[in-house]
Amino acid sequence: MNEINTKSPASTVKPPITNIGVIGWVRANLFNGVLNSILTLVVLALLWLTVPPFIKWAFIDSLWTSTGAECQAIDGACWSIIPANLRFIIFGFYPHDLQWRPLAAMVLLVALLFYSQDRQHWKKHLIYAWAIGLFTMGLLLKGGILGFESVESNKWGGLPLTLLLSVFGLTAAYPFGVFLALGRQSRMPVIKAFSVVYIELIRGVPLISLLFMSSVVFPLLLPEGVTLNKILRAQVAIIMFTAAYIAEVVRGGLQGMNRGQYEAAESLGLNYFQTMRLIILPQALKIVIPPSVSILISAFKDTSLVVIIALYDLLKTTQTTLSHPQWMGFSAEAYIFVALIYFVCCFFMSNYSRRLERELDTGL
Amino acid sequence: MEANSPEKIPFFRDPEKLSILYQFLSIVAVGLVSYYLVSNTLANLERQSISTGFGFFEREASFEIGESLIKYSAADSYGRALAVGFLNTLIVSFIGIILTVILGTILGIARLSSNWLVSRLSAIYIEVFQDIPILLQLFFWYAFFYEMLPSPRQALNPFSGLFLCNRGLVFGIPEWHPAFKFMAAALVLGIVIALVLKRWAKARQERTGQIFPILKVSALLIIGLPLVVWLMTGMPTRMNVPTLQGFNFKGGLSISPEFTALLLGLVLYTAAFVAEVVRAGIQSVSKGQTEAALSIGLKPTHVLNLVILPQALRVIIPPLTSQLLNLTKNSSLAVAIGYPDFVSVAGTTINQTGQAIEGVAMIMIVYLVFSLSTSAFMNWYNKRIALVER
Repeated sequence: MNEINTKSPASTVKPPITNIGVIGWVRANLFNGVLNSILTLVVLALLWLTVPPFIKWAFIDSLWTSTGAECQAIDGACWSIIPANLRFIIFGFYPHDLQWRPLAAMVLLVALLFYSQDRQHWKKHLIYAWAIGLFTMGLLLKGGILGFESVESNKWGGLPLTLLLSVFGLTAAYPFGVFLALGRQSRMPVIKAFSVVYIELIRGVPLISLLFMSSVVFPLLLPEGVTLNKILRAQVAIIMFTAAYIAEVVRGGLQGMNRGQYEAAESLGLNYFQTMRLIILPQALKIVIPPSVSILISAFKDTSLVVIIALYDLLKTTQTTLSHPQWMGFSAEAYIFVALIYFVCCFFMSNYSRRLERELDTGL
Repeated sequence: MEANSPEKIPFFRDPEKLSILYQFLSIVAVGLVSYYLVSNTLANLERQSISTGFGFFEREASFEIGESLIKYSAADSYGRALAVGFLNTLIVSFIGIILTVILGTILGIARLSSNWLVSRLSAIYIEVFQDIPILLQLFFWYAFFYEMLPSPRQALNPFSGLFLCNRGLVFGIPEWHPAFKFMAAALVLGIVIALVLKRWAKARQERTGQIFPILKVSALLIIGLPLVVWLMTGMPTRMNVPTLQGFNFKGGLSISPEFTALLLGLVLYTAAFVAEVVRAGIQSVSKGQTEAALSIGLKPTHVLNLVILPQALRVIIPPLTSQLLNLTKNSSLAVAIGYPDFVSVAGTTINQTGQAIEGVAMIMIVYLVFSLSTSAFMNWYNKRIALVER
């Protein structure tokens, strides 16, 4: 005790070298304690066993531009399947010389998404921009007017179809979902019952049962001679499905509203619609933006299920490529490529939703 | 205008009358739409001369099913075929749920580990597996079995008794011995005694405050009793090990590539979501709780069992349930890789009989029963463990 007290301030003991810098970090984060040291060594061993062979397969022994036959002779990955079939995988059966149109539509979509990212831009003009944008995208895909050659929807496929199904699906499902959520919170027993039954019914069944319904039961529901095209039917099923999930998310937001908000609106003499439109929904929807983004992510992933009713989305075009005798046996490479596309999209969306959550967190 | 005789509110401003009107209108609208759809359907069915009803249940199915838990042949009825599909869905969901909870819990805890490497890897796993569609993952695993694994002759043999090849997973199982019957009885007995003991221990703790090491004793009972029986009956150790005969394995238990791929895909995908649920649950218990529990002298195991887990579980259980339900619903994607689950069998039935409405209705009812009974059970459980405030 005495010794410490008599020491002069100049001779302050510096932290031992092993507690700072790289060594310190390694000690604190990888080898703090016996269990953690063992864990680190086991994980490092596992990584050593898996990563170098993977790198060897994916990069060193791989071929990037060759024919399928050349690929058969090597041990590594055959990435050549991607450049050789890229146009088909991305655009499906869309006429070859018109493929700039779906490409332009996709660029437009990405630009719109990019522009909407900034919350400064969340004004009325954004809604108009989206309305015009979605219309232009539809026009680019379908054609038929303004001198654009018409392309039948059974030729649509690949990434544009995947994006179309998820973007239009969510755009249409959102207002429907808000209605359902309001219905579920309603004091009118009949309307409440309808909403509850719809939401629970749809949320209780897998999406593919709805897609089955769209492909085999919808045609029976329509009068003789009226046929809906396959993509539209799948789109209806996706909208029905997504709306039920959105309804539950929005309900969460509505429940998060203070009673005082309703009472204040009532005391101002606002009627139900005014209360909802001016007071409740703007606040409730703001709370549920992050979970809505998660719904968008799952809707985007779920569109891949249309493979089951034989629509040519991104996944199906990839599978079609794999069924060519020339490219058979390179599933891993093709699936990794598609997985990468999905991953990049979903990763950015979920990152964005995390950022929004932080920004919107008012600390209440 | 006199204050005590208010102006009569016109009916279109009176919320009560309006609400009756809206409800009436919505009933009429739903009724009209249903009438329109039903009449169209009946007309269509008549035109295509499709009979309605579930009479086809009795008819001969005349299609084979790759794997089934109960005896089934193409000569059996559609009803039996659907039962096979139903059991297949049940088994894959059941095993999947158990494995998912285990893997998800490990990943969730690993995500919070103080070991940088472990928590990073877990985070990467969670992000990657969440962001790739489950169907794509299923296709990947299915291709993995059929393209990347060798034929039975060159089967991978990571450890003795287990083979991995393009015919699936083959492994040795203990050869049947009469002692197993007694061991099963001992296991049941052990569980029963453990349950009784747990009640007694709880009552005693409430009466006297003494804590009984229930976890260790139950584990000892449940594992120990069958072990004692095994030792007493002469320790049967003969294994039924698969051996290569011709082009395939004989003996042991083999699991088809379809089943393995489906299980693998479902478990790896859902575990990523479960891990996030578990992490959020653990993080929801504030650090002060641990510190308070330690400061009153509870042992670390008691801190976990009596303080942390009861609070974390309250946060974990509801979202965990919906993830496990998602797994059950996603098992319907089996149809894409040829595992004969309920949806796949029902799909074949629809194709053969043309009875689309009944088929789709059955699929929906089966999953609805799963969902509603699970959520009913969870609501009951949730109420039981809910925080009682004032």
